[in-house]
Amino acid sequence: MSVFLAQLKAELRMTLTRGESLLLTLGIPLAVLVFFSLVKVIDTGTVEPVDFLAPSTIALAVISMAMTGVAIATAFEREYGVLKRLGTTPLGRPRLLGAKIASIICVQIIQVTVLTIVAVLLGWRPPASGWPMAIGALFLGTVAFAGLGLLMAGTLKATVTLAAANGLYISLLLISGIVVPLSRFPTAMRAVVRLLPSTALAELVRDAFGGDTAPGQAWVVLVVWGVVAVGAAVKWFRWE
Amino acid sequence: MNAPALEVNDLVVRYPGRDAAAVDGVSFSAAAGSVLALLGPNGAGKTSTVETLEGYKRPTSGSVRVLGLDPISQARELMPHIGVMLQRNGVYLSMGPAQVLQLFGAYYGAKAKRTDEVLELVGLNSVAKTPWRRLSGGEQQRLSLGMALIGQPKVLFLDEPTAGMDPAARQTLWTVIRQLRADGATMLLTTHYLDEAERLADQVVIVDKGRVVAAGTPDELRSGGTDDIRFSATPGLEVASLQLRVDGAVVTEPSPGEYHAAVAPTPQNISTITAWLADQNVTLGDLRGGRQRLEDVFARLTNEPSTADTERATKQTSQRTKRGAKT
Repeated sequence: MSVFLAQLKAELRMTLTRGESLLLTLGIPLAVLVFFSLVKVIDTGTVEPVDFLAPSTIALAVISMAMTGVAIATAFEREYGVLKRLGTTPLGRPRLLGAKIASIICVQIIQVTVLTIVAVLLGWRPPASGWPMAIGALFLGTVAFAGLGLLMAGTLKATVTLAAANGLYISLLLISGIVVPLSRFPTAMRAVVRLLPSTALAELVRDAFGGDTAPGQAWVVLVVWGVVAVGAAVKWFRWE
Repeated sequence: MNAPALEVNDLVVRYPGRDAAAVDGVSFSAAAGSVLALLGPNGAGKTSTVETLEGYKRPTSGSVRVLGLDPISQARELMPHIGVMLQRNGVYLSMGPAQVLQLFGAYYGAKAKRTDEVLELVGLNSVAKTPWRRLSGGEQQRLSLGMALIGQPKVLFLDEPTAGMDPAARQTLWTVIRQLRADGATMLLTTHYLDEAERLADQVVIVDKGRVVAAGTPDELRSGGTDDIRFSATPGLEVASLQLRVDGAVVTEPSPGEYHAAVAPTPQNISTITAWLADQNVTLGDLRGGRQRLEDVFARLTNEPSTADTERATKQTSQRTKRGAKT
């Protein structure tokens, strides 16, 4: 087996067998989707709750893996000297990074598949034509959030990263129009939260499936966050 | 002999914000197939030297070569041929020894049965599936050794490999080192345990405050000093009067009640000492004469009290909780 595949298999196995990581990447998005689709406490206007929630929770799931999952796993690997130890093996940093990226994408495919199946069971009917745009947005979102995750993991202590990544995840879930629609936000606040990459990503995925109309600036917001986050991670990441 | 497997030329390593260099002009080399022990007190620059050879640190000046290669610019060619045992293990917390060795084996393109061989060799068969975080300190060290061995390296770096090991694990390591040496591997070993260096090393380099203070085979280093007699008795005896009787040879009391006379352990000298004690009506505690040990050389050169035994005891108990990396 090639070195890359061995590392990818190890990364995937660790992600998929860690209970807390499963809860975060799949449990919470699923719970949000199912609970708020069945219990009509949020006001989604003329659209059905599930039509609003399905694309929102797909965006949320992708954020949870790319940012929080990556940040926590990498931070502990750094703290326990795993990254350092791997530095003197033939694996090499490019292949390690490549395996991490591939494992993020594999997990995200699982997340999107599971959420889509559950959403369809709840009555969601996504137009097939929406997927190219959704996948484009999810890809840009992944770059931005993985950059943020690695920036935290490579600069902060593992326990601080753990708290920050989880705290950020919960905050973004609440303020990015993922559970509570942006239409409920005061106008000034809406303008501010639209500068967040999570808001932009959720709006674009909803737009792709016809549940919302994202402002054109959402693409710009996502790309700028991606460039800044990845650039900062490359500049400040410390392997030990 | 071919080109040396390890070469350190006038190496200087400085850290930002610290005035004193961690490594201050160290040079040594090790022939292929030999074991070199790097000895020195804490903070002497051992780990900084080893980590430069492993490619973790860039020399501030000077150069290092491993198998003739630069460990940073030629890392890709070098890494398949070296094995590393760090002071901190660096293992995925949730993986057991079998899984870790399998993964590391894949990095080196090792065959699947190599995992079983190494598990057997380092004695981890019974805990092959126990996650790393639930292994004892000694078992973690054994796994770390296994990770260093899995790729059948030509050069092995062992940074304080037996720190925190139980006696059985130490024996395993010693056996493995002798076997690898017989197979032609080159090893660089740092250690606090002088007996370990004495038993295993072909060549010993003693460093202190970033500089080499002595280098040579264990025999060469020992022959530098004179023979001596050590004895214990009531503390605070007037050593000057004994010094007169042994023709002016230096007699000291390095620690209360422990005496050291720089004279050969001849029957004549021994009877002089016992007679002197008898004159003062002092009972002799214990008496030892002979060649100096590496421990004595080390203590003399680095001004470290030779407290290897007490140090060993405290190290073993503190190892489990030790987290900080030393330089």
